[in-house]
Amino acid sequence: MIPPVFEYVRPNTIPEAVSLLQLHGEDAKILSGGQSLIPMMKLRLARPGWLIDINHIANLAYIREADGYLKIGALTREADVEGSDLIRSKYPIIHDTARVIADPQVRSLATIGGNLAHGDPANDHGATMLALDAEVVATGANGERTIPIRDFFVSIFATALEPDEILTEIRISVPPARSAGAYFKLERKVGDFATAAVAAQVTLDSGGSCTKAGIGLTNVGPTPIKAGTAEAFLRGKTLDAETIAEAARLAMDESQPSADLRGPAEYKKGLVKELTKRALTRAVERASR
Amino acid sequence: MNQPTSFEIGGMGHSVKRKEDGRFIQGKGNYVDDVHLPGMVFGQVVRSPYGHARIKSIRIDEAIKVPGALAVITGADLAAAGLAWMPTLFHDQQMVLATGKVLFQAQEVAFCVAEGQYAAADMAELVEVEYEELPVLVDPHKALDPGAPILREDRAEKSNHIFHWEVGDRAATQKEMQGSPVTAKVDAVFQRCHPAPLETCGCVADFNPVTSKLTIWLTSQAPHAHRTLFAIVGGIPEQNIRVISPDIGGGFGNKVPIYPGYVCAVVASLKLGRPVKWMETRSENLQSTGFARDYHMTAEIAAERDGTVKALRVKTLADHGAFNAAAQPSKFPAGLFSICTGSYDFPKAFCEVDGVYTNKAPGGIAYRCSFRVTEAAYLIERAMDVLAQQLKMDPAELRLKNFIPPDKFPYQSPLGWTYDSGDYPAAMNLALKMAGYEDLRKEQAEKRAKGELMGIGISSFTEVVGAGPGHTFDIAGIKMFDSCEIRIHPTGKAIARLGTKSQGQGHETTFPQIIAQELGIPQSDIVLEEGDTDTAPYGLGTYASRSTPVAGAATAMAARKIRDKARKIAAHLLEVSEEDLEWEPGKFFVKGVPSKAKTIQDIAFAAYTNLPAGMEPGLEAVNYYDPPNLTFPFGTYICVVDLDKGTGEIKVRRFIAVDDCGNIINPMIVEGQIHGGLTEGLAIALMQLISYDESGNVQGGNFMDYLVPTAVETPNWETGKTCTPSPHHPIGAKGVGESPNVGSPAAFVNAVVDALSHLGVTHIDMPITSWKVWQILQEKGIS
Amino acid sequence: MANTHHIRVRLNGVEKEADVEARLLLIHFIRDVAGQTGTHLGCDTTSCGACTVLLDGQPIKSCTFFAVQADGREILTVEGLVNGGKLHPLQEGFHQEHGLQCGFCTPGMLMSSLALLERNPNPTEEEIRWGISGNLCRCTGYQNIVKAVQHAAAKMHEGVPA
Repeated sequence: MIPPVFEYVRPNTIPEAVSLLQLHGEDAKILSGGQSLIPMMKLRLARPGWLIDINHIANLAYIREADGYLKIGALTREADVEGSDLIRSKYPIIHDTARVIADPQVRSLATIGGNLAHGDPANDHGATMLALDAEVVATGANGERTIPIRDFFVSIFATALEPDEILTEIRISVPPARSAGAYFKLERKVGDFATAAVAAQVTLDSGGSCTKAGIGLTNVGPTPIKAGTAEAFLRGKTLDAETIAEAARLAMDESQPSADLRGPAEYKKGLVKELTKRALTRAVERASR
Repeated sequence: MNQPTSFEIGGMGHSVKRKEDGRFIQGKGNYVDDVHLPGMVFGQVVRSPYGHARIKSIRIDEAIKVPGALAVITGADLAAAGLAWMPTLFHDQQMVLATGKVLFQAQEVAFCVAEGQYAAADMAELVEVEYEELPVLVDPHKALDPGAPILREDRAEKSNHIFHWEVGDRAATQKEMQGSPVTAKVDAVFQRCHPAPLETCGCVADFNPVTSKLTIWLTSQAPHAHRTLFAIVGGIPEQNIRVISPDIGGGFGNKVPIYPGYVCAVVASLKLGRPVKWMETRSENLQSTGFARDYHMTAEIAAERDGTVKALRVKTLADHGAFNAAAQPSKFPAGLFSICTGSYDFPKAFCEVDGVYTNKAPGGIAYRCSFRVTEAAYLIERAMDVLAQQLKMDPAELRLKNFIPPDKFPYQSPLGWTYDSGDYPAAMNLALKMAGYEDLRKEQAEKRAKGELMGIGISSFTEVVGAGPGHTFDIAGIKMFDSCEIRIHPTGKAIARLGTKSQGQGHETTFPQIIAQELGIPQSDIVLEEGDTDTAPYGLGTYASRSTPVAGAATAMAARKIRDKARKIAAHLLEVSEEDLEWEPGKFFVKGVPSKAKTIQDIAFAAYTNLPAGMEPGLEAVNYYDPPNLTFPFGTYICVVDLDKGTGEIKVRRFIAVDDCGNIINPMIVEGQIHGGLTEGLAIALMQLISYDESGNVQGGNFMDYLVPTAVETPNWETGKTCTPSPHHPIGAKGVGESPNVGSPAAFVNAVVDALSHLGVTHIDMPITSWKVWQILQEKGIS
Repeated sequence: MANTHHIRVRLNGVEKEADVEARLLLIHFIRDVAGQTGTHLGCDTTSCGACTVLLDGQPIKSCTFFAVQADGREILTVEGLVNGGKLHPLQEGFHQEHGLQCGFCTPGMLMSSLALLERNPNPTEEEIRWGISGNLCRCTGYQNIVKAVQHAAAKMHEGVPA
């Protein structure tokens, strides 16, 4: 319940934050929303000697379209992602995702950057960003670099971020017309992590045939999973019920869930199949409007 | 007696808004953790990570170096004072702090005291305990196996068997079982769950070395009983102990036992001469304090082919964890479980229960169930549904056929209960009507034809509450009466104190309403206090829905004593004889001359200023009420569910709850209680479980995995009522707080099973999670 | 021994200054340092919402936020709802609709409800249930809490031109 002692510092710029990370190395953690980190500190499972509070760094929270991208600042609060008209109207898959993260209070503080950087396969945005083929921008001692999301999740709680890097922005190429997605999450109750969840994003051509598909899976493996085989299967096909069903089966086979209190592995696999079906169906519905 | 009162007087039946709300909505409640005393220090318990292990050593030298550290108490320290063990509420003893070995994960091993809460937490982490692991026993079915590890070295009998208890006619029941054309059987587990009130348990123990007075602010549902037990066990003179239960944030039975943390805080305060606060965390609450249920039950019903029941046979294995810390009346190791014949007229019945020890947290307490009544109601309601399914009979029809008819009350059950009153068909018929039952069955048939899964579940429960008559009931030897003391002031206002202790039931509002009914003093003129043992009359506290049946009766009786004296004063003031007076709420008047009257306020003033010769001044009374019987609230609940074939999710579409608790004091408060209890029942039926893996690690020991429903999972509850007063209760009331938790689990389970019954499913154990439903659908080839 | 930090927090309209350890949780600052015990602690896994307060108008769980993070910011707790001796419509609503029993979840519930109504002045029942989905209650079954919020929404709309 009570965290162990730590030192606290509040840089005002990214370069300051980066030097602090360099200085303290493994003993430092970034504090953004803190809604994953602080609970772990209270249970004394995480014991950073230094907490670097980046919440006062300016210009890290924004949602805008520019240069052909949707750009979301890493410090954007989930509540703001959920409340954004732009996101709700043009990127409903992201709206779907943000609104089912934890609960309203957690969403006031939790950040979209933190949700990805924490590297928890149970966090929701990972699957959605995989489905959207997003990129993340990281800033470290060696300057800024862009990391494709499919290279971002390395293993459980481990991402491609170097110890001295801070995630600063998430970028999604503005999808072409007739693109849409959806996120379906099954949880035991509001506030729980997903028993399983699926993000599906599709682009249809004028004939209704699928030119691009992205499918991401939450909490059914050591990282968020990109269901590449299912995605490949959908390309070039009309997304009728049978095709969707087959893609759902393929996505199920790409999942690697473990049994836990949320259910047996077999159940989670079954959920991946069912939720992929529902997410794809909704995505097609939305893309066809 | 029950003349209606005006809204201003606010007697029985008025939905008076709650007096206690003011402080709660402004954040000015006074819960135990809000208590701050000068010089107060903080305690934190060190707990065992193992389910069964010998303690080799405990080192505190690092812990004591933490800045602000004051003391570390271990089992050895307590043993020196004869306090390492303490009696439980049920003929057993439990370790306060472990000596020798630990018997469950999270068991208390040491108590760290520091100037600040954060320092105490740091200390706890630095206490080094060396353990030698021992084989773990977590399956109660294996507890009596020849090779099972014997858990309790302190008991003379080296066995994990705690008790065997039986009631009824074994031979006659056996004969019926063999002789009847139909028998239905169900094995039903009522899983280990936990009351989880939103406020955890804790105390501030304040020993004043100058006055030798020990004041304990305590999360207690039974402050007087706790005071007496602290005196007897702690050897502290009882007049020097004051227990104060201030505002309590929910109890549900969790705050009936005495926990090691309390004892350690008292010991620390005695040792340091300073107030010691101990508040447990939620994880500690779920993992070490009174769990509920963990009953492994089998019921068999013998019946005729037309569904008439002939006999009931019940066998249960009760898992009590490492110590039998059950909170039950002392002659009832299985509580009131023998109410398991329920609402039905069984000619013969037999029930036996065996309790065993396992490496789990001790208990089981009565979680909003009046002493195992939930387990009993669940079992019989499941068994009746299994019988209905076997006979291809509608479950409502089967119940109506077998209900104890209204003219058979008071009813002698074959397991020894005298039910005071009941009209089961009335409640059932109202529930069926509110539900639109026939239309629901039609809809179900249509949906089934399309492959959709919809279920309707019924539970027609009978509760037994209000423990209880002194000839049969006591807790740790103390009889289960309760009390009320009323004092009327010269200006006609009043103060009343009770031996009960509300944890949200609204006593400050409802008990004045009883007095308002009896005396006609407006309820807003009456202050109600509870919970301070220095001022309140002795009582056994609030749990088991006993406040209204017992303390409510005491309140009415005390008020009537006052009214008797008031009549004499009125006669004196009006210069007539007592026989010439009539009463209506608030005044005595001369028969036939209503203008010749004296109000209760006039009389109150006269009690201090103008008395008849020889009469003792003042206007007050106290009553200690020993109830002649328990009371038997009842009802019928109907639950409608829809199942998602793809995910196994269960959606509760509707829930109709018809309750009969006799005469109602405050309908608004009763309805609120029903809503809350049904929500607890929903959680138990579909979401909650505390379990242990084979290494003795507890699962579901925090709020991430012990699931409490939010407003999103909780449906709207449709409530209705019938009214069958208790014939023996002074105001005809029965109590209702627990009915919804008692009656609802079966309704939920019956509904889900009903949704799948056409596939051959006859029973699913709780919690019925989405994955359990999904697995069944997979097995049955449905997707 | 770790460094302490000097913080200035505006709590219910009043500036509060203190020297605190970095690890001091905001809820302990509010309850123990500032002495405002209306906000309650119900769990240790950020699951129950009893500790909900408004941080610059946004609902947060004060058990999962450090006091140092609140430096220079504004906190509103249940004690700050009464205005010039008058109860807030939400407090009135909870009382009128019997939206509380033991009262332990009530402060957090009030704060979440306030945040909800400020974001969405006329919520549907579903939106209310979503809005309070981060607050657990063991006593009421939520039904009367929903009514309480509806009561307040109506009251807060009175006199507001359509």
